[in-house]
Amino acid sequence: MSEIYTKIEIITRPSKLEELKDALMDIGVEGMTVSNVLGSGKQKGHTTKYRGADYTALLLPKIKVEVVVCKTPVEKVVETAHAICRTGEIGDGKIFIYRIDNIYRIRTGESGSDAIN
Amino acid sequence: MDYGFAIDTIWVLVATALVFFMQAEFAMVETGFTRAKNAGNIIMKNLMDFSVGSLVYWFVGFGIMFGSDIGGLIGSIDIMSKGSYEYLGLTVPLSVFLIFQTVFCATAATIVSGAMAERTKFKSYLIYSFFICLIIYPIAGHWIWGGGWLSKLGFHDFAGSTAVHSIGGWAALVGASVLGPRLGKYNKNGTPNAIPGHSLTLGALGVFILWFGWFGFNPGSTLSGMASKDMGHIFMTTNLSAASGALFTMLLTWYKYGKPDVSMTLNGALGGLVAITAGCDTVSFGGAALIGILASFVLLFGIEFVDKKLRIDDPVGAIGVHGLCGAFGTLSVGIFATDGGLLYGGGASLLMIQALGVLAVAAWTLSTTYVLFKAIDLTVGLRVSEDEETSGLDIEEHGIESYADFAPRVLYIK
Repeated sequence: MSEIYTKIEIITRPSKLEELKDALMDIGVEGMTVSNVLGSGKQKGHTTKYRGADYTALLLPKIKVEVVVCKTPVEKVVETAHAICRTGEIGDGKIFIYRIDNIYRIRTGESGSDAIN
Repeated sequence: MDYGFAIDTIWVLVATALVFFMQAEFAMVETGFTRAKNAGNIIMKNLMDFSVGSLVYWFVGFGIMFGSDIGGLIGSIDIMSKGSYEYLGLTVPLSVFLIFQTVFCATAATIVSGAMAERTKFKSYLIYSFFICLIIYPIAGHWIWGGGWLSKLGFHDFAGSTAVHSIGGWAALVGASVLGPRLGKYNKNGTPNAIPGHSLTLGALGVFILWFGWFGFNPGSTLSGMASKDMGHIFMTTNLSAASGALFTMLLTWYKYGKPDVSMTLNGALGGLVAITAGCDTVSFGGAALIGILASFVLLFGIEFVDKKLRIDDPVGAIGVHGLCGAFGTLSVGIFATDGGLLYGGGASLLMIQALGVLAVAAWTLSTTYVLFKAIDLTVGLRVSEDEETSGLDIEEHGIESYADFAPRVLYIK
């Protein structure tokens, strides 16, 4: 077990999904899980009026892209995510990096890097 | 007591209500065929073009359309529609005719909102609604229905394939092209991307409502509840064309794309309805079914042409449905009319007059709406910013979310 598995979780604007997905595929990421999520950070939502009353949407829609890599360098994934998702405005999102113990492919029972390549 | 007067009045008012209900169709189809983040904006545009249009058409538009003819080009202006209009020879009170014409005008106006969906500034759309009902629709309407030069030539457009639908369709073409495509619609090499709508269910509801409303739009244009034979005939031709339009669009998509395409088939029913509108009173049942079939080809290849060749982004297919099928339907009168059509030994003269009318109205609408949209673009701006388009017009233009309750949000007292 000399391989190192890393999960990279990118939370960012929904409008960046397609571009990010294609860019990750290009650098050799084989699969990903994408969820619609709601969240708040520095942006703290926005306040508008609904029928005249103040109305704050504190949680704004984001997407969460989770990828697990072994052979693809983590820095490359992070670099790519920065290049695509950074607009410089509040609300660009976060990247979280996790160590993963092991990976299994359910269909075949393969484990480790074989399970994601 | 003359019951004919009462029967005519009731029928035209019932038809008016049916045509009014077509506004619900436009709201539902356009909302369903576009993304959830713009739903409130689309609904607002449909509500407002009817409201703005109703007022403007009563105030000035009706006079321009039906006022006493000046040189075959325009009716005399009659502020607040106070004239007697006796020369129209109506068998219903003027108010009945006025409201019937109002809902027709609003139908032409509302066609455009779908083609310009998801990227147009709300206030710019209001300005457009004002001018199409004030002048663009009434002048072309005067040529066709108000005693103008086209009607004197014998141009036949019974319920408005050209007068209502083509005008809306051409305005949609110009509007969508001046605006430019939605972000992400076209790749760098020019190939189009699909941007699926958020609710086919709403879209389908809209199409059924429109089919229903069309039973007022076409048979109601008899303007007489005493014309019992005509009304039945028009119900049949209208239905046959819609049915064959839907069926053949489905078959075409099945053949071309490998699977029967739901949203295109819904468009197909509408294409058949638009195409039969001009000739619903003069074609046979067989002619109506054929018009629907041919309309499905016009529709499918027309929508693909607009999308792939002209690269004009029309999210709901309004240009194909209303502009192209409307023009085709008007021409088809010259071919299929049992009285004067090419196939019935009437020669090509009616067809030439129909073609002239289609071209004249297209030229009028394309040029005036081009000036209108360009003027709006240069003054208040036609298109929202990129940021606004990305986050959705509901939040930026109206400060709401149409489906707010899908996000977890607890109300508490601060």
